[in-house]
Amino acid sequence: MPENVIDIEVKNETEYKKHGNVVIKMEHLKKSFGNNHVLRDINLVINKGENLAILGQSGTGKSVLIKCIVGLVEIDDGKLFILGKNINELKDEELIETQKKIGFLFQSGALYDSMTVRENLEFPLRKQLSTIPKEELESIIKEALHDVGLDKAIDKTPSELSGGMRKRLGLARTLILKPEIMLYDEPTTGLDPITSKEISNLILEVQRKYDTTSIIITHDIECTKLTADRIIVIKDGICAAEGTFNDLEKSTDLWIRSFFE
Amino acid sequence: MTKIVLQQSYIEKKQAKVNLAESSEIVPDSIFRKFFLEVASLAIFTLHFFKEVIKPPYEFNELMKQSFLIGYKSLPLVAITGFIIGLVLTIQSRPTLAKFGSESLLPAMVAVSIIREIGPVITALIFAGKVGSGIGAELGSMNVTEQIDAMQVSDNNPFKYLVVTRILSATLMLPLLVIFADGVGLLGSFVGVNIKGDVSIYLFFSQIFQSLEFSDLFPAVIKTFFFGFAIGLIGTYKGYYSNKGTEGVGKAANSAVVFGSLMVFIIDMIAVQITSVLQN
Repeated sequence: MPENVIDIEVKNETEYKKHGNVVIKMEHLKKSFGNNHVLRDINLVINKGENLAILGQSGTGKSVLIKCIVGLVEIDDGKLFILGKNINELKDEELIETQKKIGFLFQSGALYDSMTVRENLEFPLRKQLSTIPKEELESIIKEALHDVGLDKAIDKTPSELSGGMRKRLGLARTLILKPEIMLYDEPTTGLDPITSKEISNLILEVQRKYDTTSIIITHDIECTKLTADRIIVIKDGICAAEGTFNDLEKSTDLWIRSFFE
Repeated sequence: MTKIVLQQSYIEKKQAKVNLAESSEIVPDSIFRKFFLEVASLAIFTLHFFKEVIKPPYEFNELMKQSFLIGYKSLPLVAITGFIIGLVLTIQSRPTLAKFGSESLLPAMVAVSIIREIGPVITALIFAGKVGSGIGAELGSMNVTEQIDAMQVSDNNPFKYLVVTRILSATLMLPLLVIFADGVGLLGSFVGVNIKGDVSIYLFFSQIFQSLEFSDLFPAVIKTFFFGFAIGLIGTYKGYYSNKGTEGVGKAANSAVVFGSLMVFIIDMIAVQITSVLQN
């Protein structure tokens, strides 16, 4: 990645259009839980269409970082620009509209146990259900299931699905809102190597079909190798290293290299 | 302070926690602090409920579904409990009344006991055990498995969908269940009376309606709305804010029953005081 990208200043939407590549920008982002300073000073720029993998030891705030982006966790200090908009300065309605463009795949899939696969997929569309014709809704649901290879699971309940299928369904439910940004929280955790590879390939397919920008939190080096255009490593609440897979694999820093061994 | 939130409801959920966490610096660490923080948190949760309940859009479908699950599905348990209470109360009271030669007062005495106090309180306690724990465990489990967060990020308002509908259902269904339990309890009493006697159902219910007054029925029904609200509120609060992990789910369910039941007694005590003041 060119070194100057990190210096792009995104002041407002006009500026964003000028630097149309930048989708997410963080400046001196900080987040603490009591005395535990999880994110101390995160500075990061993510460009359109990019797949960014975030590595780091457990408890270093990787998941907290993407939860800050999607609005599940409040940041304490710093600036966060999403699609050129400074989140801190947005009114509630604008904020909701911006956050709608972000999809989030939870580590566990976070499927609604009391609902069928179909109902899980319909749920994000509840506000529009009255305006969408039945045939169109059926087509949207079938397309989402087809995209993740779950065509035959439409009437099953989440408890009847395997771990890999649950992840796929979680992804389908996210994709149904056509997000511009996808956040993956450990998408391959708990899966066998073959299913992990399938999910990694799915991440790439989603990026191609939906033209998404992705952030992938993972400990799975194979997944990182397959999906990431760029990798950052978080240590002690800051971005300790940044580069491509090949760059970091050959790092002179033993700690960074240990992730790739 | 920077604020990043998805929806207004979430702003308040987080702010409640943040403000309370910050206050820990100025309030000494003690059991009183924990108690007052919990009360403050519950008060904010309650205000949030009243704000969301009047703000459209309304979740009618989910409200109907929860009313079915909370109300209709509780009917068998409430019916069995009500019948046994009426039967046992009648059998237990008969010897005492017989000593004073007042057996004829048995239907009236049992009816007043059931309708004014035993029916509402016992049904509410059963309700707290079945519905309160169910709500606490369900929302706790949804919290642990990030389902509530998933609703939040998919442009939905989980507070309105999960919390408001359950509290409203509990508030509306408990009075109906109490009226049903009272009726079944009186039937149980009728059976109890006829174990050692021969009283027609017409005579039995004539005696009951002659002895009951509006002031017996009205406060008894009104207080059940508050019982239902408290049970729904405590159940959803404990579940919605449960700690992560399976232990948190267990604690949420347990606390929902314990505090829900405690609230029933506290509200009953207040209701009795208010009723007696108004009647005097």
